[in-house]
Amino acid sequence: MPNSVMLITGARKGIGRALAETYAERGWRVIGCSRETSDYFHANYRHVPLDVSDQDAVKKMVTSIRKGEGRLDALINNAGVASMNAALLTPIDSVRRVLETNVIGTFLLCREAARLMQKNRFGRIVNFTTIAVPFNLEGEAIYAASKAAVESLTRILARELADNGITINAVGPTPIQTDLLRGVPPEKIQKLLERQSIHRMGEPRDIINAIDFFLRVESDFITGQVIYLGGVS
Amino acid sequence: MNQQEVLAAALEAVAEYNEQLDEEQKLEVDPETRLLGKASKLDSFGLVNLIIVVEEKLYEKFDKAITLADERAMSQEHSPFRSVQSLADYAYVLLSEN
Repeated sequence: MPNSVMLITGARKGIGRALAETYAERGWRVIGCSRETSDYFHANYRHVPLDVSDQDAVKKMVTSIRKGEGRLDALINNAGVASMNAALLTPIDSVRRVLETNVIGTFLLCREAARLMQKNRFGRIVNFTTIAVPFNLEGEAIYAASKAAVESLTRILARELADNGITINAVGPTPIQTDLLRGVPPEKIQKLLERQSIHRMGEPRDIINAIDFFLRVESDFITGQVIYLGGVS
Repeated sequence: MNQQEVLAAALEAVAEYNEQLDEEQKLEVDPETRLLGKASKLDSFGLVNLIIVVEEKLYEKFDKAITLADERAMSQEHSPFRSVQSLADYAYVLLSEN
């Protein structure tokens, strides 16, 4: 949808960066955000440094989109932090950090974006979950719990936002070579891949394909759904 | 910022909200317009959407972000969402504290 407006969180690196580049190239007007500034420059791209769990900063950013673009068509809630650790050794600060970014950040962005989207009675929101939820992965208790919360948010907000023409769905990637996987032992990744129906690492194109489906105008009857990649269920 | 300015902003928000509605659903742009109960044209979904428009209008006018449907609002003996006037009065209290 060229000239439509998209907001991507966690857009500085990894999957978020790949999404920002892809949709800006395709003609979307993309606003990306992350804690730090970005070195990606494109005529269709603007970057806003902020913490997604900072309510005032998020409100200011969405107000700037309202004033500058007058609309928001899509939100990709990609920002997330992981914490891989035995539950018995997990510091409470790590728990708070994960919940603030993954749960509070996702909720805040959904709320503020939907407020702007409902003006045009149209919107597409895509949240990010993980296969750690259905796999109940050891060592990922807090990360998986935070993403289980994101799945619940997705299903409930789907009901609350449907009458405003806004759909909200989630994509659950398999392991992809990004910073989130830094420090995860290769043998653990291998065991994970063996549990998938399709035994390979995910790539950004796999996620983009699922997001494309959710974004389509014709997908207006698809909401509250979670798609796990790699044949995980 | 005074109470009259906040009321004017709330009325402006009602007029703006009306743009989303069919003719028979439109609210009267009047301080006494009822927002709750049998005398109101709004259902719960409509009230949520109106509150969103009012919060945005107040932010635009006074550069202050407030949450009208907070726990305090819900615990008041007389709901601040009874009418446009009571909503504006409650908004003024929140804006003054902010």
